[in-house]
Amino acid sequence: MSDGNQPPVDFKVVGQRPIRPDGVDKVTGRAQFGADFHLPGMLTGRIKRSPHAHARIVSIDASAAEKLPGVKAIVTGVDLDVGAGGDIEAGEHAAAMKDVAANVLAGDKVFYQGHAVAAVAATSPEVAAEALDLIVVTYEILPHVIDVDEAMMPGAPVLHDDMYTKGVTPKPAKPSNVAQRHVMGRGDVKAAFASAGVVIEGRYTTAAVHQGYIEPHACVASWGADGQSTIWCSSQGQFLVRAMTARILNLPLSDLKVIPAEIGGGFGGKTTVYLEPVALALSRKCGRPVKLVMSREEVFLASGPTSGASMDIKLAATKDGKITAAEMELRYQAGAFAGSPVNLGCMTAFACYDVENLALVGLDVVSNRPKVAAYRAPGAPMAAFAVESAIDDLARKLDMDPIDLRILNAVKDGAKTVYGATVRYSAFIETLEAVKAHPHYKAKLKPGQARGVAAGFWFNIGGESSAAVHVDEDGGATVVSSNPDIGGSRASMAMMAAETLGLPIERVRCTIADTTSIGFSGSTGGSRVTFATGMAVVEAAQKVVADLKRRAAQTWECDIAHVEWRDGVATCLDPSKNVKPLSMKVLASKSAKTGGPIAAEVSLNAQGAAAGYGVHVCDLEIDAETGRTTVVRYTAAQDVGRAIHPAYVEGQLQGGAAQGVGWALNEEYVYNKQGLLDNASFLDYRMPVASDLPMIDTILVEAKPNPRHPYGAKGVGEVPIVPPLAAVSNAVSALVGKRMTALPLSPVSVLAAMGKG
Amino acid sequence: MARVVSISSKVRDLTGGLDAFDVEAATVRGLIRALEAKFPGLGDLVENEMSLAIDGEIHQDAMLEPLSPGSEVVLIPRISGG
Amino acid sequence: MSRTVVNAIVNGEPVAFLGGGGQSLLDALRDELRLTGTKEGCGTGDCGACSVIVDGRLVCACLMLAPEAEGKRIETIEGLADNGHLHPLQHQFLEQAALQCGFCTPGLLMASKALLDRNPDPTETEVRYWLAGNICRCTGYDKVVRAVMDAAADLRQEEKPR
Ligand code: FES
Ligand code: FES
Repeated sequence: MSDGNQPPVDFKVVGQRPIRPDGVDKVTGRAQFGADFHLPGMLTGRIKRSPHAHARIVSIDASAAEKLPGVKAIVTGVDLDVGAGGDIEAGEHAAAMKDVAANVLAGDKVFYQGHAVAAVAATSPEVAAEALDLIVVTYEILPHVIDVDEAMMPGAPVLHDDMYTKGVTPKPAKPSNVAQRHVMGRGDVKAAFASAGVVIEGRYTTAAVHQGYIEPHACVASWGADGQSTIWCSSQGQFLVRAMTARILNLPLSDLKVIPAEIGGGFGGKTTVYLEPVALALSRKCGRPVKLVMSREEVFLASGPTSGASMDIKLAATKDGKITAAEMELRYQAGAFAGSPVNLGCMTAFACYDVENLALVGLDVVSNRPKVAAYRAPGAPMAAFAVESAIDDLARKLDMDPIDLRILNAVKDGAKTVYGATVRYSAFIETLEAVKAHPHYKAKLKPGQARGVAAGFWFNIGGESSAAVHVDEDGGATVVSSNPDIGGSRASMAMMAAETLGLPIERVRCTIADTTSIGFSGSTGGSRVTFATGMAVVEAAQKVVADLKRRAAQTWECDIAHVEWRDGVATCLDPSKNVKPLSMKVLASKSAKTGGPIAAEVSLNAQGAAAGYGVHVCDLEIDAETGRTTVVRYTAAQDVGRAIHPAYVEGQLQGGAAQGVGWALNEEYVYNKQGLLDNASFLDYRMPVASDLPMIDTILVEAKPNPRHPYGAKGVGEVPIVPPLAAVSNAVSALVGKRMTALPLSPVSVLAAMGKG
Repeated sequence: MARVVSISSKVRDLTGGLDAFDVEAATVRGLIRALEAKFPGLGDLVENEMSLAIDGEIHQDAMLEPLSPGSEVVLIPRISGG
Repeated sequence: MSRTVVNAIVNGEPVAFLGGGGQSLLDALRDELRLTGTKEGCGTGDCGACSVIVDGRLVCACLMLAPEAEGKRIETIEGLADNGHLHPLQHQFLEQAALQCGFCTPGLLMASKALLDRNPDPTETEVRYWLAGNICRCTGYDKVVRAVMDAAADLRQEEKPR
């Protein structure tokens, strides 16, 4: 379903819905994911983890484990050797490598239950498990803190005695759990509030939630006697794994080859390393390949999640609904080490709206939880939950239609965001209008139902990518991409190449290269692959076309300006020549005679990524007995630029919406008094299943293709997780007649709000 | 003269709390040199860890970009994503 | 750990493998028979990534002990296509883009096959409840449910006497 404003285009492949090139492997069980790989002589690795939320490691005695027959290697934090150099660009921002290393294997302290302390490699899983039990770790248990607001209180246990809040002048006198203080804003907020017609206020909280990819982290590492090693793993970026692993073990990059396996979901959570350096350290010690696979419990305890948040928000508006000022403080859990995406929360909070006066403060707060990892639009959903709830309050107070209110305040091209970018090529207003015109928004609600609306924003990024296009001798083509394919990107890469080359999609295949077989690329994340790697693919294909035209001109002895390339065929436009067109097939088969193989590789740093905007509508009902909320109808609309493969774009919207609904209604990390996680399983950490959800309708708004991309693509993967939290909560609030401010909206809290608790 | 604005806490630590200041520079390279001279450590930080929004357009890595007189340069932490 | 030889029929072929201790059928399939198409998402029966069909019944291979497979007929994802011809479910999953990462897909396909084996004409609600044991984090289930419904229609069409 596209909206009607689509400009006329006559693409043959782009915009179609072909079967993805890797599809058959994935429906027949042949696709090799991280844990599917096997090498001769391979050992099983296991990781010993902290049973405590916060403790000093007094000693680690592995002597008994070492003697156990079948144990081939044991490593601890001392086996890591973090190389010098700057931080590495990762998930949400630059990753401080010493923190990543201390997370991978603890130094002298453990900061959360499940923190890795030691690892073994053994000849069987049973021996490995027995060896873990024989490793004796002596801890001095320290007081812990879990909650973000408590972690900021005076007297809270301080995790890192060298953590002095960054961004505060003068430098604080004492260390604390506040790693950083971000401030951004503009205008005169005080004056705007003084003259406001309406003021809205609220305090909102969200729980820490896990990315929830179904494939646990897994890798195989093999150290060679000459120091050259190979890692097979599922990750969002083979180059990122290489960079981080090499840094943590102090190896030259050229000695480490990372081969990307298929990846069973990442959502940002696989933009860092947990296992790879450990597996390689084990392999280095014993000279045999080592496989490490996390259990689901380990995934919950020691990977991901994203920050829980606590936020205060205040809006000023005129009586007719124009928002004049906003004030917000965002406090995000970082987990055990600095690095929550709170800065991104600040930057995105009001990115949908043109607000003249803004004051935002973001606090990055550590506590005894696993180190957070990026999760789809990192930092944005929580901030949007507070902002979109407050805007919903404003709409109610002024008795305005929530979409009209958002249209009134929406950013337009040319507006300046609080983080310095000028809004360009945006179709936010078109997206709001598309929702307003959609049958869902016009449909009458049944008694006992309510509707919520919310919007969301994500930057989308470009960045470094590489791709190659090889013309096969029979006139087909192979695309070599540098990015792991998580959600069907092989299809969009092949489609853009086919469109550019003028080939049918079946004649173009796509492969994902290892770190030695293609130029560097940033990770699959930030909604950048179709945009940036796609740009590299198209430029490589354009180079190939130019080369084909040159070869045709040479064959015909005509001016290259007289060669036209269309539908995979070169035609001579020189009327003085009486020659037959040359197909790709003919040119390819004769390539030896015109200069050799036909191929091109392009590496670039893509600029001009365009932001995306989403608007979601959610109808739901509540069981008055149990307090259980059921979503009965859901529509997700998004400014997508141009959809290369619309079915996979719809899939991104649907999947993001489902994750957001889970975030709103069920998902949370539940800690007990000892600071231990009480729900480290899929049974207790409840993610949406098929019977929890209705069909999810989508509206792909293609009103403003991105002119900076050859086919108009904008990133689409992250935006759709931003609106659902408030879309759901606004509907629940309408039904219970009270503003809901704390996620998840569990049956207990809903019953309490209905006065039945 | 370019107007430099920062939304980064790390920058503030190096500028003694300043979030906006003017710098004489015609290119990003020049800007980074000037920042380093004005606030030691800031040039390196910007070069290695920051993105720039130059007159509204975000550049992840902008060493070669020209600056016009009166350009506004916003120092922002690198954005990446999930 | 004592291990015994387990004889079973996997995807129509007799196989023998060593099983024992606490080893699950899932581990036996993946590690002993190298049938890695069946996935492990949790190992505790909560995600359905390991769904296989044993003597016509849908089971989580991670919850069944390997020696319990003795004498049983086991169907896994590797046997779903027939001599290189995709099953209508596989075909519809591809047509409808019902997979993104594809990690849940083998389990979803086997669970869907078990459903259609017993109920050739399920309603949307029946599909949703039957598949409630198979978590997919990528798709939001919309396209999965559509693919299963359409595959059911395809199968009914095939069954019809011409
Ligand atoms: S692996 Fe068996 S149900 Fe999850
Ligand atoms: S397609 Fe990724 S979990 Fe279902």
